[in-house]
Amino acid sequence: MQWETLFLRSQFDLMTSNQKYLSPQTSYRNFLSLLLLYPHLKAQGCFVFKPDFKRKKVSFPIADYFNEGKSLSEDSKLRFDTCQLLWQQMKSEAEELQEELNKNLFDNLIEFLGKSHLEFQKKSTNWNYQIKSREIPTAAIVLGVNVTDHDLTFKGLTEMLKDTVTPYVVSLQAKECPDVKHLLQKLASQLMGCVDIESTEEEYVQSSQRKMHYSMAFLSTWYRSITKKTGSESVNKKVTSSQWKESPPIVIILEDIESFSTKVLQDFIIISSQHLHELPIVLVFGIATSPIIIHRLLPQAVSSLCIELLQSLSCKEHLAKLLDKLLLTTRFPFKLNEKALQVLTNIFLYHDFSVQNFIKGLQLAVLEHFYSQPLSILCCDLPEAKRRIYSLSEDQCESIRRLPSFMRYVEKQIPEKQVALLTHERFLKEETLRFLEELHIYHENFFLVLRCFHAFVSSLPKYPLGRQIRELYCACLEKNIWESQEYEPILQLLRMLAKDELIAVLQKCVEVFKSSPGKQLGSMAEKLQEFLAQFQSLDETESNEEENGSGSQQKGFQKTDLYHLQKSLLEMKELRSSNKKQTKFEVHRDRVVDLIDNLVRKFLSPPDTQTLYEVVYFTGAHMLREHLNAAPRIALHTALNNPYHYLKNQALKSEDDSIPNVAPDICIAYKLHLECSRLINLVDWSEAFATVVTAAEETDPNSTASEEIKEIIHARFIRAVSELELLGFIKPTKQKTDHVARLTWGGC
Amino acid sequence: MLPLENVVLCRESQVSTLMALFGERHHFSFPSIFIYGHTASGKTYVMETLLKTSELPHVIVNCVECFTSRILLEHILNQLNCLNSSKDECTSYIACDSFNDFVRLFKKVTQDQGVDDQTVYIVLDKAEYLREMEANLLPAFLRLQELTNRNVTVIFLSQIVWEKFRPNTGCFEPFIMYFPDYSIGHLQKILSHDHPPEYSADFYAAYINILLGVFYTVCRDLKELRHLAALNFSKYCEPVVKGEANERDTRKLWRNIEPHLKKAMHTVYLREISSSQWEKLQHDDTEMGQLKGLSAHAHVELPYYSKFILIAAYLASYNPTRTDKRFFLKHHGKIKKASLMKKPEKTSNHLLGPKPFPLDRLLAILYSIVDSRVAPTANIFSQITSLVKLQLLTLVGHDDQLDGPKYKCTVSLDFVRAIARTVNFDIIKYLYDFL
Repeated sequence: MQWETLFLRSQFDLMTSNQKYLSPQTSYRNFLSLLLLYPHLKAQGCFVFKPDFKRKKVSFPIADYFNEGKSLSEDSKLRFDTCQLLWQQMKSEAEELQEELNKNLFDNLIEFLGKSHLEFQKKSTNWNYQIKSREIPTAAIVLGVNVTDHDLTFKGLTEMLKDTVTPYVVSLQAKECPDVKHLLQKLASQLMGCVDIESTEEEYVQSSQRKMHYSMAFLSTWYRSITKKTGSESVNKKVTSSQWKESPPIVIILEDIESFSTKVLQDFIIISSQHLHELPIVLVFGIATSPIIIHRLLPQAVSSLCIELLQSLSCKEHLAKLLDKLLLTTRFPFKLNEKALQVLTNIFLYHDFSVQNFIKGLQLAVLEHFYSQPLSILCCDLPEAKRRIYSLSEDQCESIRRLPSFMRYVEKQIPEKQVALLTHERFLKEETLRFLEELHIYHENFFLVLRCFHAFVSSLPKYPLGRQIRELYCACLEKNIWESQEYEPILQLLRMLAKDELIAVLQKCVEVFKSSPGKQLGSMAEKLQEFLAQFQSLDETESNEEENGSGSQQKGFQKTDLYHLQKSLLEMKELRSSNKKQTKFEVHRDRVVDLIDNLVRKFLSPPDTQTLYEVVYFTGAHMLREHLNAAPRIALHTALNNPYHYLKNQALKSEDDSIPNVAPDICIAYKLHLECSRLINLVDWSEAFATVVTAAEETDPNSTASEEIKEIIHARFIRAVSELELLGFIKPTKQKTDHVARLTWGGC
Repeated sequence: MLPLENVVLCRESQVSTLMALFGERHHFSFPSIFIYGHTASGKTYVMETLLKTSELPHVIVNCVECFTSRILLEHILNQLNCLNSSKDECTSYIACDSFNDFVRLFKKVTQDQGVDDQTVYIVLDKAEYLREMEANLLPAFLRLQELTNRNVTVIFLSQIVWEKFRPNTGCFEPFIMYFPDYSIGHLQKILSHDHPPEYSADFYAAYINILLGVFYTVCRDLKELRHLAALNFSKYCEPVVKGEANERDTRKLWRNIEPHLKKAMHTVYLREISSSQWEKLQHDDTEMGQLKGLSAHAHVELPYYSKFILIAAYLASYNPTRTDKRFFLKHHGKIKKASLMKKPEKTSNHLLGPKPFPLDRLLAILYSIVDSRVAPTANIFSQITSLVKLQLLTLVGHDDQLDGPKYKCTVSLDFVRAIARTVNFDIIKYLYDFL
């Protein structure tokens, strides 16, 4: 879906950029055709829709698009290259993460495969096996509702299985298999394709393919011949394990089990279980919802399956890890500001749960950042940036000076320095370098402290700043976290932490600080460890103290007299409340909390306080939302109501609500129809239309030429009305003749 | 080869009828025989063993595999062709496009194989699938003997009674035979028959006795019972293996196996966990809760708006349209108590099942139940489509109806309540049935 909108948007952009060469009428035609495309967009599903990658490539190189209409063409190439390089790195990091996360699932699956056809290989006559022989081993993988991500998982799975277990891996999708015939055909053709068939084999297959229609019996003879042949020479060298060499299992992956029809699936399972003694079939079901669906789909045939459930990582955890790797790190210079990050995570949480779409959104953000921000040329790793700073042109220096954060900095300086910054190019470059270095250090500290603070906050009840680190991150990006409402209560809660909890949190923090040796925070790990040691040593001393305390208490209770007992209890109570002397533990705890408080105040200030933050922070949240969360109805309304928004033709620019007569006919008709109630009188409408169109042209109403013009206008009106009908705004009605019914609300 | 009575148990009368029908090898038999009975009543097994042990020329075809008539016919011919030779020898493949060809080729093949002087048996298993193929197929098979002028008998095996097969145009009536269900005594006898070699038959029979005592009330399917027997047997003989009890100590063994059988009761027919997992479970002696079956994972995690779409769809499916006003409008006026009281015996919508609703109604309800403002973005629309793909909603009517599509909500009340709970939405308050 996103690519579709992107595609559309780029078309719009193309159109508008060429605007000066086009008359309003021609561009209007394109414009309308694009509007007509919109209804098709909504027919697709977002977490089920797989984009068609063939269409993605626009015919001209993207690099050219980068410098279009910009004077600084020499650096646009460089920016584009930086962008590409950065994105490649981020992408490979994301892919690595995906692989790592899938590894567990894949290992489980391989283990399952290893168990599944043991008896088949041994040709055993075990009593138990004979009873169970009709069961097809089935792995049900619960993948979650983010179907767009499944594609990658299955791709990885297929490759992995082909490398390690068996060459015979087939993956089927429901849309390819409307009935058993197609299913078997697909299955057979993929299976045959799996093996590099030598020529003789091929002839045999070719000749029989046409006649046989691929029945299961045919497949089993094929399998017998292929295993007999490979049994001696072991054709597949990639498969290392000897277990699967003799008779490799046939793995059939049904990617979207929900969409398969019951009949097809049931027949297929019955057929396969008939042939199970000849074909070692293993089924893999990809389940998007819950495993109960198997029972719903397969009321009877389920009893010939032997199902084992495997669970993949939840997409939310996946996202958390991804953010950890891509954004909460100093490895990549590119960052998102709070709003942009919110847009991306909201699309993820509210709409599709799709990690792939999130990555796509991130890619768009990177692209847009490098495209729209000329200073993004400095958004690279530090040594490279140093080199680039010294080759900055005058224009670029000027744009540095125009940055709001830089101007803020300048204002704070003494006048001489201000002048130097604004006029002296060399000095400016040195300062810029310093800023960038500071920014880097700021990030280093920021993420360390953020993780540390998160360790503390996430241990609190009710998660006042959110459970996930991304929520805390967003809060920190937005404003000074210590000024937020939640901050004070958090500190109070922290001051009440139990000792074992505190120790656990501290240990986590120590690990965080140890993991990366920052310059300023290098000593933090030791400091925290000191605290830890103190807490642990407290254990012994405190227990001694407690013993003492309890000893004295027992003394108090020795008198059994009720009156005295009450008295002594009261006394003890008073003693306790007045003598609020903190224990050693409490003192230390307060010190820890103070330390954290200091850290937060010092290092977790939002990035817009940093000079030159604009270089690395992407701020176009609005643009992201517009592109990724497309609203077809709103776009349609804007296009029709305010054609200038898309066409950018000066003639169309209208103040207030008046309708310019040069606007496309459909826009005029649309605007007029907005003023009507539910039923629209066509005659009135047509009159109004004619009035608007002829408004500027002062023509003589009686001339013969005007008759012709009238007819033309009438035709234009009819066309506009039928276009509106096509777009679904009006429809003919039988309630009144000469009227059409409005299908939208609003207006009067 | 074992005598027939030792391999085919409890089907003596059926076998003798069949034998009588078949007669001698060269006798003409009845042209078509229709055998029906419940699943796992031994139809296929009896036919197979009978034909095999008496070494009659026969072909067994499972109609599920043959999704076109061509495959079915070719299958029969090719099997006949390989009757006397082993599998690898026969290489020539017979192609057959129509029943006309089949009749011609059939004559040729039987002559080639030298079986034209004796009865050839064609067994069509799962014959109910024939009904979905070409209309001429079933009548033609019924009178194949007449058409080919050869000594051939076609035997249909099906779970459905003959009356459901009979074509409108009339046809040759086959000889109809019924295989009744096995009684408990039969089941006992059959199950005890295939005892594992390392234990005595008596010991195994005692085990089967216990098993049937527990499961017979809920399950009479032989296949399922065999599965259960195989699963639980290792647990049953555990004390014997350990030496805690001898084979005759039935009481002790019973006490040992009883809780496990009770656990297995929950999952009869479901096969919720694979047998290997079941064995592991038995082995570890863990609680059932640790290794949950399929139905324990009912929870589905959905994006935020998808949850609300689903809730809105549920409301639209189970509330009458006229009540929308009072549920979702702020100023809906007074609820007339009289009108509520008028029809106290109204049928619960939950008993009637979900009703279709148009897309517009779904969106209107969605906008009113979500607290924040929802923009009608493309993502919302695609989520609806996604829910349809996940089978949580279904599209009523045709796929290609772009204009005002209608949907139904297919999830259960429990499911939607669980979903509503995660977003703090009290769905019961909005359901007309629960007022």
